[in-house]
Order: sequence, then structure tokens, then C-alpha cells
Amino acid sequence: MRVAILVFPGSNCDRDMMVAVETITGRRPALVWHKDSQMDPVDLIILPGGFSFGDYLRCGALAARAPVVESMLDHASRGGAVLGVCNGFQILLETGLLPGTLIRNERLKFVCRSVNIKLQPDHGSPLLSTLDPGHSLTIPIAHNEGNYFAQEDDLEMLKQNGQIAFKYTASPAFGPDNPNGATDDIAGILSANGRVLGMMPHPERAIGNGHPSSDGKLLLRAILQGVA
Amino acid sequence: MEVKINISLKQGVLDPQGRAVETALISLGYSEANNVRIGKQITLEIEAEDASRAQQRAARMCETLLANTVIEDYSIEVADPS
Repeated sequence: MRVAILVFPGSNCDRDMMVAVETITGRRPALVWHKDSQMDPVDLIILPGGFSFGDYLRCGALAARAPVVESMLDHASRGGAVLGVCNGFQILLETGLLPGTLIRNERLKFVCRSVNIKLQPDHGSPLLSTLDPGHSLTIPIAHNEGNYFAQEDDLEMLKQNGQIAFKYTASPAFGPDNPNGATDDIAGILSANGRVLGMMPHPERAIGNGHPSSDGKLLLRAILQGVA
Repeated sequence: MEVKINISLKQGVLDPQGRAVETALISLGYSEANNVRIGKQITLEIEAEDASRAQQRAARMCETLLANTVIEDYSIEVADPS
């Protein structure tokens, strides 16, 4: 299992993700700097959270045009697996690899807490196939721009093709929950081939060892198994 | 050539910032304020042989980076010195 984590100026979840993946696979992923245009072949590319390029212009907009992203797009076009978390999700949307965009949270507040997300039973992703359909996970979010928005026809396509991976769902602590105003409570979506996953919650912040939950570990393990 | 690019949110796209500003205006007594939308303006200089070429290049810049056409519209003004 070869995993690469892309690092941009302002990424700040790259090392947490590295530890999370290493905990599961026993093998340290490669950290790849955004200026590298050549990348060794890997099984999974992860775009970590953070504030790439200071969120200038739009979140993820500048990172999406970085040299290393060209290699990521080649990898994805060959059917390679990609996971984007938080700012990584914003970057995936800015590249056009996934449809839609993430706008400012409805209530204009940075939201940092645990949420419950529900795996959508009709998802068609090999990356998530070892998780029980309808499985609920408790994973933290931390973002200011996580309000998923897409044009009508894109939303319809996501629904028809089973490209919605996760939706925010009720939790004992918060009751019915949509922390940011996301359309249809969408927390994570997939590419048409199910091998590119973008999500707002941070699985690398829920791997046990003092974290409030270990559901992120469960999810990352499933993805790593799904890729293999 | 001096170029001004105006980027605005498409109609129908939620603008939480605009809404907050609208609420603030109304609480300041400007009850006539309505439908506040916040956009951005980018100014730049483009080296080009004429205004239409500069316009064309600016449009390309908007499509590839400056605007997110999922939620934003853009308009371009070129100040032609001639």
C-alpha cells in the first residue's frame, strides 16, 4: 500500500494524516511538496486539510493549479484513488474532479466540533464497500467554508449515480444536525467511478489515542482496504 | 492596459455575508436596504496589442482561475488608452 499526502503552503493536517495512515498500514506515507511535478506511482493520494495558500482568492483555488495537482489528475484519470479532506475537498472541487463548490457556512461561524455522518446506502464506491450500508460515524469538523452547493443538474446527477457518500445526521448531542447549511446535508461526495472521495469531516482526528472517537480510523481503514 | 474584473455571486446562490451586512444596515436604520450581495473586484494590467485582445485574455483568466463559474459571474472592463 503506497500512499502519498500532498503538502501545500498552509496545509496543517498533513502530519496528522501521516500518523493516522501509518497507524493503520504500518507504513509511512510519502509527503509530496506542491512544487513537485513528478510523483512516484502510488495507490492512494490524500489531499489534507488546512489553509492552502492562505485561502486566498477562494479556498483551494490556488492549490488546485499547483504542479503536483497535474500528477494527481493523471492518477485520477487512470482510475487511481484520491481522498480529499476539508481543504483537500475544497481543492478537489476547484480542480473540477468533483462537481459543485463549498461556500461560507450559513451562520458565518467557523464550526469546530464532532458531527455524526451517515454513509449513504446507495453509494457505489469500492473505497467504502467494507463499511455497513447506513453506518453512522462520529468525526470532527473544523471549517468556515463547508456549505456544499451545486447546480441543480449536478445535484441530480450525484443522487442518480449514488455519488453522495456522507450526509450529516442527527446526534444525541445536537439533535437534527446540519452544521453549515450544506445542500441536502451533504458532508462528502464521490466521483462517478467512486474512486475519488471528498469530505468535510476529518477522519485523521478520530483515530482513538485520546481522540473522542475512533470512527475516523474505521473509515480510513475501510478506504485503505478498498484501494488495495 | 488597465483591466477591471468584477466578480459577483450568481442569483440564487446564498450569500451569508451579504445577508449579515443587510441585517446590520437595517439595524442602523437603513430600512430601505434590500438584497445585499457582496462580490469582489480584481484590477490588473495586461500587456496586449489592443483592448479586445486584453478582454479575451482576461476572460480566459476568469475561466481558469479568477472566478468559480459554478457560483460566480464575472464582467470585464478594459480602459483603452487610445
